[in-house]
Order: sequence, then structure tokens, then C-alpha cells
Amino acid sequence: MLAQLLQFLLAGLTVGAIYALVALGFAIIHNASHVINFAQGEFVMIGGMATVSLANSGLPLPLAIPIAVLAAAAVGVVLEKFAVEPARGASVVTLIIITIGASILLRGLATLVWDKKLHALPPFSGDQPIELAGATILPQSLWVLGVTLGIVLLLGWFFGRTLTGKAMLATAHNPLAAQLCGVNVRFVLMLSFGLSAALGAIAGILIAPITLTSWDVGVMLGLKGFAAAILGGLGSGTGAVVGGILLGIAESLGAGYISSAYKDAMAFVIILAVLFFMPSGLFGSKSAERV
Amino acid sequence: MLEVGTLTSHYGRIQALKGLDLTVREGELVALVGANGAGKTTLLRTLSGVQPASGGSIVFDGADITHERADRRVKRGIVQVPEGRQVFGPLSVEDNLRLGGYTRPRDEGDAELERVYSMFPALKERRRQAAGTLSGGQQQMLAMGRALMARPRLLLLDEPSMGLAPRLVEEIYAKVRALKQARTTIFLVDQNARAALSVADRGYVLETGRIVLAGAGRELLGNEQVKAAYLGL
Ligand SMILES: Nc1ncnc2c1ncn2[C@@H]1O[C@H](COP(=O)(O)OP(=O)(O)O)[C@@H](O)[C@H]1O
Ligand SMILES: [Mg+2]
Repeated sequence: MLAQLLQFLLAGLTVGAIYALVALGFAIIHNASHVINFAQGEFVMIGGMATVSLANSGLPLPLAIPIAVLAAAAVGVVLEKFAVEPARGASVVTLIIITIGASILLRGLATLVWDKKLHALPPFSGDQPIELAGATILPQSLWVLGVTLGIVLLLGWFFGRTLTGKAMLATAHNPLAAQLCGVNVRFVLMLSFGLSAALGAIAGILIAPITLTSWDVGVMLGLKGFAAAILGGLGSGTGAVVGGILLGIAESLGAGYISSAYKDAMAFVIILAVLFFMPSGLFGSKSAERV
Repeated sequence: MLEVGTLTSHYGRIQALKGLDLTVREGELVALVGANGAGKTTLLRTLSGVQPASGGSIVFDGADITHERADRRVKRGIVQVPEGRQVFGPLSVEDNLRLGGYTRPRDEGDAELERVYSMFPALKERRRQAAGTLSGGQQQMLAMGRALMARPRLLLLDEPSMGLAPRLVEEIYAKVRALKQARTTIFLVDQNARAALSVADRGYVLETGRIVLAGAGRELLGNEQVKAAYLGL
């Protein structure tokens, strides 16, 4: 009984950590630009697919992974520079539509550069399950949890302790005042897209050995990350992490105790419920418009 | 130090600045007064580069900066305390100040911070507090302190006394006088024409995007037109 619950919780925590990383990407870009970047899931896909193809071409994982992350970050910066930046001053709805267009384009490009097949990435350190109080956990899950924890701590340090991080927060809160402080807000925007893309890519790489990856893996993961971000309160870093973990656990418990058929519906239910009853989420500020 | 020539600026098709000429010399305190909607804020925004100039020129220290990016102008030393303070509410007082020094070398930060705290001791007591929880007067001090962190060569002040009780207006103006004493070059905009012109070496009067009067601060205070329109006499 308890072992089974623990098993579900561990599974939920693992996938929740992935959602949290994707949600953090949504939060960072939303803070910088008020845009909900619906191409966020594509960064997840690029991370996984690029790592797979680099690894298949003979590159060892410790080399393939950073290259894939950097490639995704570069795509993020390009997206900002050539799709979002030229539309500066357009309405937020227009910008959101641009990101949807970008996501379709990126998926199309992925089928050209790579293919439409499912791909597996070898686990980072074997696939021998580890016993834990009657439940088991895959070594890859430990990687997911460990790396996510590390990233959350790193982001906490970056936004809480460095002047560049604080300049990003300041820009989110009041871009005019940030400019008057000498912050280059265009640079902040680019940095936000690059950082979000890197986070998404890392999520995609970490999860690839567990769930496989493909050209369209970003659609569902992007949606889940979005649900997590909404649940936590769009724009809140803490909210993104808590929202991700809660969504992962809710899905896992729902699949375990009710039916796995409804697993993916959980995200939709959460999006709708939050939008109806609690538009600013768990950690969001009062008005949904504000960052 | 600052030379503005036939400067124009538009909001869409509305022309807010209709060809301004003005100068600010090193060490001077120049005041700009004018009614609500005259274009004072627009002028300061255009000087800071957060509002585009549609024509004319802005020359600072001999360099044409009419179309330069806002952050580069801050690096040159043109620093603005915007209308309505615009502090970073969720961030602490100290973070607000440190962000003011964003363009300065990192190792100067601590010394600069102490200098600002000695000028505004109330900020030091509240250094860990979120800026949004400060009173209006304290937020104005914070906005000024934040600008000073950038070591301005030309300080632009937009309505520093707006919405403050008379005692606080006096306090803010005492700081402005102290800055002037320390040879900071200041361009001061205020609807409170009496306060602004009293501390100014020179002044300009702006009316619907045009300069209509210029002269020494005291001279303008005694001007009949100014008295009637802006001093309520
Ligand atoms: N963001 C804006 N969009 C359109 N018009 C504006 C905007 N800001 C100011 N204006 C107009 O420009 C003129 C000058 O405004 P402003 O510079 O704020 O004056 P002041 O600071 O002297 O009160 C006014 O007529 C005002 O209505
Ligand atoms: Mg104004």
C-alpha cells in the first residue's frame, strides 16, 4: 500500500521536475516580455533530438549534451531576435501567435533535419532500478531530480544574488525604470529567451532516456509546462517549480489510482480550473496581467 | 554640456515637442517649468532616449546622441529620476540602489552605496525593506539615490516634489541644493514653479511643446507672465 504510494510519488516527482523546468522557461520569458512562448516545448524537443543525433554520430554524452543545450539556447536567441524583437510594440496576442507560428516552423524543421521516428537516448548511468523502501527508482530519475534541484538553486542564486539577475527582475517589473538605470532591455530579452531555451533543452535531455524523444515531443511537454506555470502563477519562479511538481504528482496519482487514460487530461483540467477559480495561481501576484 | 536644437518628438501623430532649443552648462542648475501636459516629461524622456526624437538634435559633451540607445546615455552620465519615482517595488531598497549603479564598475558599488546612505539615512535604516512599502517621500529619496548611484554628470529630475506634503517638498529641495553645492549639473522639471525657479540658476518656460520664456531663475520668478500663469499671483 505505502510502497505503492511511494512508487507513484517518485514517478510523479520525476516527471514533475521536468514540468518544473519547462514551466520556469515560461515564467522567465513571460516576465521579460509578457509573452507566453508557445514554442517553449520545441526547446525541449531540440534538446532531446539534438543530443540523440550528436550521440548517434559518435559524440560522447558529456560532450553531446552541452552542445545540444547551447544549440537550443541559440535557437531561443534567434527566435527572440528575428521573430519577437521585430514585432516589438505589437499586442501580446500578436506576439503569442508569432510564438505559435515559430513552434510549427521548428517542428517542421525538426522533421527535415532529423526524422519522424521515435528515438531513445541511453540512460546516463545504467538502467538498474534502485530499491527504496519497497519502491524502486531508476538511476535516470535521480539524474532528473538532482539536476533539477541544482538548476533551481542556481537560478535562485542568479536572480537573488547577481546584479544581472536582479536587472532581469527589475526589467520585468518596470522596463522604463530599468532602462533609466542603464539596463539594456533588449539584451535582457535575449538573455531570457536563451536561458528559457536552455532550461527546456535540459528538460528534454533528462527525460529522453525515460520516455523517448521525437520531433513532436514538445507539444505535450510544452502544454504540461504551461499548465504547471499557470498553476504556480505565471511569472513566479517558485510557482513554476511547485506547479510542476504538483502537476507531476497529480498525474501520477491519477494514473495510478484512477486510470492512466486520463493522465494527460489532468493538465487541461488544471489549466481550466486555475483560470476559472484562481487566475493568478498559487504564487502569482494579484492581477493576472502583472508579472 | 547639453545642447538641444529644434528638438521634436511625436506620440503617433500627436506632436508633443515642437522644436525646442535649450542649453545646460556644466555645474548649472537649470529649471524647466510649465503646465500639466506642456511636454516636460516628454522632453526628459527624449533626452534619456526612452522616447524617440523625430527631429532636431541632442548634443552632450560635443557628441551627437540624438538617436543613441538609452543605456549608452546612462553610461555617458545622463541619468534621470523619472516622474512618479518608478522604484522597483518588489525589490529591496538596497537592490534598487545597486541597480542604479548598474553601469558602474562593480568594485565601486559599496563606496557609492555608503555615500548615498549618508545622504539619505532613512534609506539605510530600511535597506532590506521592499521598496514598494516605503512612503511617497522615501520613494522619492530612493529614486534620487538610485540615480546618484550611476554617478550622474547630468541629473534629470522630473517632478521631484509631486504629491508630497510641504515639509517633504522642502526636504527634497534641500537635497537638490546640496547636490548643486557639490557641483552636480541638474536639469530640473517641476510644476511647482516657485520651488524650481528659486533654486535654479536659469529657467525655461514650456508651453504646449514650445519654449516661450527663458532667463535667470530669479528674473523668471519676477516675470509678470510667469507670476500670473504659474505662481498663482
Ligand atoms: N504615452 C503617450 N501617448 C500619447 N500622448 C502622450 C503620451 N504621453 C504624453 N502624451 C501627450 O503629450 C503631451 C505632453 O505630455 P507630458 O510630456 O507628459 O507633459 P508634462 O510632463 O509637461 O505634464 C500631452 O498632451 C500628453 O497628453
Ligand atoms: Mg510630466
